[in-house]
Amino acid sequence: MPESRLEVEALTKAFGGLVAADAVSFELEPGELHAFIGPNGAGKTTLVNLLAGQLKADTGSIKFDGVPITNWSAAARARHGLVRSFQITSIFRDFTVLDNVALAGQSRQGHSFGFWRAARNDPALRDPALRVLDQVGLASRADVPAGALSHGEQRALEIAIALATEPKILLLDEPMAGMGPDDSERMIAFLGRLKRRYTIMLVEHDMDAVFALADRITVLVYGRPIATGAPAEIRANAKVRQAYLGDEETAAA
Amino acid sequence: MTTAFVLEQALNGFQLGVLLFLLAAGLTLVFGIMDLVNLAHGSLYMVGAFFAATFTLALDSFFIGVLLAIPATLIVGLVVEVVALRTLYARDHLDQVLATFGLILFFNELVRVVWGPAGLSVPLPAVLNGSVQLPLGITYSTYRLLIIAVGIAVAFGLYVLVSHTRIGMLIRAGASNRTMASALGVNVGLLFTLVFGIGAVLAGLAGMLIAPISQASIGMGEQILILAFVVIVIGGIGSIRGAFIAALLTGVIDTMGRAFLDEILLLFMPVQAAETAGPALSSMLIYILMAAILFFRPQGLFPPRARSA
Amino acid sequence: MKDIARNPAAIATFVLFVVIALVPIVAPLIGYGFYVNVFARIMIWSIAAVGLNLIMGYGGMVSFGHAAYLGIGGYTFGILSYHGIDNGFIQWPLALAISAVVAFVFGAVSLRTRGVYFIMITLAFAQMVFFLGASLDQYGSNDGLIIYNRSTFDVGGVGPNLGDRVFFYYLLLALLLLVIFICWRIVNSRFGMVLRGTKSNETRVHAIGIPAYRYRLVAFVISGVIVGLAGILMANLEKFISPDMMNWPRSGELIFMVVLGGMGTLFGPVWGALAFLLLAEILSSFTEHWHLIFGPLLILVVLFGRGGVLGFVERLNPRHA
Repeated sequence: MPESRLEVEALTKAFGGLVAADAVSFELEPGELHAFIGPNGAGKTTLVNLLAGQLKADTGSIKFDGVPITNWSAAARARHGLVRSFQITSIFRDFTVLDNVALAGQSRQGHSFGFWRAARNDPALRDPALRVLDQVGLASRADVPAGALSHGEQRALEIAIALATEPKILLLDEPMAGMGPDDSERMIAFLGRLKRRYTIMLVEHDMDAVFALADRITVLVYGRPIATGAPAEIRANAKVRQAYLGDEETAAA
Repeated sequence: MTTAFVLEQALNGFQLGVLLFLLAAGLTLVFGIMDLVNLAHGSLYMVGAFFAATFTLALDSFFIGVLLAIPATLIVGLVVEVVALRTLYARDHLDQVLATFGLILFFNELVRVVWGPAGLSVPLPAVLNGSVQLPLGITYSTYRLLIIAVGIAVAFGLYVLVSHTRIGMLIRAGASNRTMASALGVNVGLLFTLVFGIGAVLAGLAGMLIAPISQASIGMGEQILILAFVVIVIGGIGSIRGAFIAALLTGVIDTMGRAFLDEILLLFMPVQAAETAGPALSSMLIYILMAAILFFRPQGLFPPRARSA
Repeated sequence: MKDIARNPAAIATFVLFVVIALVPIVAPLIGYGFYVNVFARIMIWSIAAVGLNLIMGYGGMVSFGHAAYLGIGGYTFGILSYHGIDNGFIQWPLALAISAVVAFVFGAVSLRTRGVYFIMITLAFAQMVFFLGASLDQYGSNDGLIIYNRSTFDVGGVGPNLGDRVFFYYLLLALLLLVIFICWRIVNSRFGMVLRGTKSNETRVHAIGIPAYRYRLVAFVISGVIVGLAGILMANLEKFISPDMMNWPRSGELIFMVVLGGMGTLFGPVWGALAFLLLAEILSSFTEHWHLIFGPLLILVVLFGRGGVLGFVERLNPRHA
């Protein structure tokens, strides 16, 4: 059972006049799957960037298992187990699928200042990488260049890279972006298997996925959380229906 | 060391700064808008100087010489743009560096063939060949003052062009969002040619202005081009304002360093050591300045806004 | 081995090295003794290009200032020799150490930047070293310095010295192969995977918990040291040092050799150096104004010659056609 938690306090980020994160506060409780939804431009990806360290917050603080990490670099955060995936697939396109995952595994095994032994034949990197590929169903594609994978496979690899770092907390930024219904179905099932193994923050557009998976949901509008609660509460919340779902009340049902 | 001498050196620094600005403005525009690194920008500076020298010597008038050299340089610039550079806009920076490096080799050799290996001196008309008396007891070369004046006028003109005209608006639109600009019906290809032409003329003008002081010579472009790179890196690539401030800063610090570093070093060094270290250190000064600025501001003093293109 | 036999690039490279090894034996016999020096020069530039390729081809760092390390290696050797210190066991480690320190300092600043900034900053730093060399009055300033003694490696009076031309030639060949071997190990090691990862997708390297900067910096230092070694060798071969060996066109030529041969391939830089220098040698024998042809030729290579010489040979391979 995962024990890691994340405490976010009044996190704010503005780009010029546009406030993309407006005093966002929340917690990720150990082992929960906390989903974030909101209309386009609500600041969901900005929030992930702030948490994972690709962006620096203007004000506010982040605590990871009680340790303030607000000033840590992205690499340091990931190194300590706060690992993200990307909405726009961010893989090593000219590496093989296996090398993508093995490189991620390398970061878990201390520094990479090994200059002499061939990394590709190293069972200490290969074996765990193959296990991760097996989990996401890419084991048979291990030796294919990542750039040659189909979109759905690349999305799976995107998650596999994050998993290979052996994270404590997973920040998943729209894992189903651009997927067809079949692939989405498979991804939802897969995320269901990840649930309870990691503390997860899930940013997603796909309402079916969110309501099927989430323990709690936070609704973000214009960078500001307007409601947090169990899926049933969110579905019933008048403010959410008005601000976010608008006229398409049935969409979330 | 008198105050007047220090001020004279400061003016010399300004004059170098203004010249650097003329080159840097074109470089930074071309980079900011076309995303093109053009090493051959210095070649246009050289070509401008040689044109000015040739026309001046043939027609016996520096003013007419410059007047003719400007369109001549423009034509060379446009030919280069159409023949070689246009295909490079979409390429990565490495390709651009290599291809324009090839252009430099070509231009240097072409100038050697056309004008011979020795440089060309340019005589100044009598009006400009004297010096003027300035306040505070400074006597200063009329011609160098003219260079400073031309530079400031060009800087002002560019400012007006970029921030107050329709062309300037298009330039800014092209710089911030190429796709949008072309969707709005702007002929991006024509805009690029225009911008490149402006850059070429400015570089050529700088070469024409310096020719009477240090003659037109092969390789003159590369020396100053690297300084111009330092300028736009310090100023923030793509920023005209940054280029102007950084050019003056670079010009003044470089000139003052060469003039006074020996004597400053003498204050706390033995004579022999200061005489060795002085020239070495003063030629490295602006690079040290650049390193220091970049260490704290990797994007330069006036970093451009994020480009979406 | 079967794979190598079917790979034209590998066969061509093998043949090339056999030819290089035979040059000092065959060339003088057929009256082309002059080519021994040409090939010695090609090997030295190959070493430098292999060094640059490590960061450029595998790490995506386009340094336009690597001639600085040629100069640092050459000047350290030359200045020591000028002061009567001929022993290579002192000269070489010192020259390599200074290359490493300078590469560390330049790299530490330059690598904070990206893209064009990086290109221009490395160029500016190299120019700074160039001006430093040009201001050393004692060592010939702009005109350079003639060196009378090549490095000796004797211990207690016995041992080889680089004055022996055949020994020097085969030492170059051995060093070239050694440097390529070291790079081969490096690019396939854990360090190398990180280095390639930063070229491919630096954001993701950070996101999986690897601080890219320090790996890039270490690669930059290794690269500087390799080019420094080439500088020592170059000054030894020419028996001459001058600021020109670290002037900016040398950096451009070095980049060209890497691109011409095929970036990010182990033997590409050797092909690039070979093609570049042979072309220069041949063109300059026709006309004094060979840059008029060479310049546009380089542009054509950039515009139409993707993948370099090795890429071209690779395309002859029916499997890839």
